[in-house]
Amino acid sequence: MLSGYSFNDLASIFVMQSFAGLILFSVFLLMALGLAIVFGQMGVINMAHGEFMILGAYTTYVCSYIFAQWMPALFGLYFFIAVILSFIVAGAVGMFLEWSLIRFLYKRPLDTLLATWGVSLILQQIFRSTFGAREVGVTLPDWMMGSWNLSETIQIPINGMIVIAITLLITIVIYGLLYKSGWGKQVRAVMQNRTMAGDVGINTERVDRFTFGLGCGVAGVAGAAFTMIGSTSPTAGQQYIVDTFLVVAFGGTESLGGTIASAFSISQARSILEFFLSGSMAQVLVLLTVIGILMLRPQGLFALKVRR
Amino acid sequence: MPDKKTHLLKLQASRRQMLTGLSALSLSPFLSRVAYADAPSTAAVNTTGLAVTDDTVTVGILHSITGTMALSEIGSVEAEKLAIAQINESGGVLGRKIKFIQEDGASDWPTFAEKARKLLENDKCASVFGCWTSASRKAVLPVFEQYNGLLYYPTFYEGLEQSRNVIYTGQEATQQILAGLDWISKEKNAKTYYLLGSDYIWPRTANKIARKHIENHLKGSRVVGEEYFPLGDSQFNSVINKIKLMKPDVIYAIIVGGSNVAFYKQLKAAGLDLSKHNLMTISVTEDEILGIGGENIAGAYACMKYFQSIDTPDNKKFVAAFKKMWGEKSVIGDVTQAAYLGPWLWKLAVEKAGTFDISKVIDASPGVEFKNAPEGYVRIHKNHHLWSKTLVGRARTDGQFDVIYETPELMEPNPFPVGYQ
Repeated sequence: MLSGYSFNDLASIFVMQSFAGLILFSVFLLMALGLAIVFGQMGVINMAHGEFMILGAYTTYVCSYIFAQWMPALFGLYFFIAVILSFIVAGAVGMFLEWSLIRFLYKRPLDTLLATWGVSLILQQIFRSTFGAREVGVTLPDWMMGSWNLSETIQIPINGMIVIAITLLITIVIYGLLYKSGWGKQVRAVMQNRTMAGDVGINTERVDRFTFGLGCGVAGVAGAAFTMIGSTSPTAGQQYIVDTFLVVAFGGTESLGGTIASAFSISQARSILEFFLSGSMAQVLVLLTVIGILMLRPQGLFALKVRR
Repeated sequence: MPDKKTHLLKLQASRRQMLTGLSALSLSPFLSRVAYADAPSTAAVNTTGLAVTDDTVTVGILHSITGTMALSEIGSVEAEKLAIAQINESGGVLGRKIKFIQEDGASDWPTFAEKARKLLENDKCASVFGCWTSASRKAVLPVFEQYNGLLYYPTFYEGLEQSRNVIYTGQEATQQILAGLDWISKEKNAKTYYLLGSDYIWPRTANKIARKHIENHLKGSRVVGEEYFPLGDSQFNSVINKIKLMKPDVIYAIIVGGSNVAFYKQLKAAGLDLSKHNLMTISVTEDEILGIGGENIAGAYACMKYFQSIDTPDNKKFVAAFKKMWGEKSVIGDVTQAAYLGPWLWKLAVEKAGTFDISKVIDASPGVEFKNAPEGYVRIHKNHHLWSKTLVGRARTDGQFDVIYETPELMEPNPFPVGYQ
């Protein structure tokens, strides 16, 4: 399929396709980070993760509406405020959920699966009752749409670059929180041995609540970012949840590095295959490969070596 | 020639009617029945035990009002309720007001079948307006055939079906596709086409028809790519790059649901300007643009039989009535209008048959004309689809379409197109 095109054409496509791969990588990583924190650090399988993303997306929608109505002069900047608000809203709802439901189920991981699935249905219906069953259109400021023309033939989507930037920022912040801060030490201590952590004076309940809130907040940020590239409807979270679990399971549930590596390899494989094969076929092949690798390495790509 | 069996049924029915009639007899002189004075007797218009009384007839509405499909199907429910209200205002059907029983298919195909059975077996509905996806229609089809019900199905769909018990008020694939391709090939001098679709039966069948038409009927034209994406997929950057490399004259897109939003947003972000590149779709109506955002799809061509902006008195009246009933902000897409036709076509067929008996209504249906439909004149073909015109519209930033082409003739429905399979 590549014959008959000039070298210049092919070079441009190569550059754009590399960016497409990077964007997909950022999208996957952003989706998976929140879940990786909750699943990896706490062992809670949060089936409502997609709905927390959509909570962020609706927060962004409400923000865009408010700014367009009352503060049109500041409309160009509303998105950043929306991202922060999404984090706060999703995080707060997450903490409330942990306090009211999840904390009673820590000893029964399978039940959290069922309970959070129920929560996802409830959230979907709340979105539907509040915002209607139809998709809502989130209007973006003009400067965030369109593309950046690197050359005559190379166009890079601006919203893709914003997604990359947000992902980078969130990853660095989370890395700092988990591995460089005192709070992160507490989280990891609780994860490795809950009883001992409690004995040395760590308030494990509070650590759990903040960890869960952080995971949900990051999901909210992801949802806010995805209003630029996807749809916002009560059930849109379901579109993301499969890919999210795939990335987290493939990466191994216990390390941030694993999640990053897994998001990178899956996104690159898919983006390259999608270019040479058709969309559906590429996804089938990627799924098959992941399943094959997980059969050989059930613990995922990277697993912490913990003495049990 | 009435055979013995139907005669017997008639007798039984009339006896039952007499009994219920007796109880009401003492009151009846005092009740005002002016509007229905000329209504034919129930025994005469209902020989098969349908839910028909002296002044009402019951029909069913069966759509998803919860679940994934709710966003698409709610418009159809609203249109059907509007049509029923209007028919009742104008005197009803055979002197009887239409009552409706609404059931929720809940975006789940077995639920659709179960509710269809309820509407036909328990509620004895004289007709049912419902379904949206092909999957839900396929699920209820055996039920309608078993109980000899009558379904009015509003969605444009892939064709390859024709049931005695269904009237298809949307377009089948060839009606929607061929005229649009002919137009873009002639007007835009298009030679190369890139076909895209969500990965299920409708887009695949439609693209198959499109491909055959491009290769066999449009001189010197060819398909340079054809691709499908899982339902709900939200990443289109790779295929957009491929399109940029191949530079097709026309992108022909049949992507549905949430994927639509992602596709058009990413297309715009990738610098593909739809005012310069031709994109034709048969899956985006005014409803979908609400989610996509007018600014993301402005310039694209859509090919279907109805746009809200059609400039005729009949359509303006319809749009005004719809907005009055369902709010100023509501938009009306192709399927919503097709759903609106259902109750009217049923009323016309019942009046032509002079009875509510489903078999007779079905027999009377071919040839039924609805002259003042919002989309214009339509007529039921003997294959139970509608003769209708096909339009090409161009999306505007405000979410509406400019109608820029209309087929001069009605397009004949052809659900089993020879040479296209």
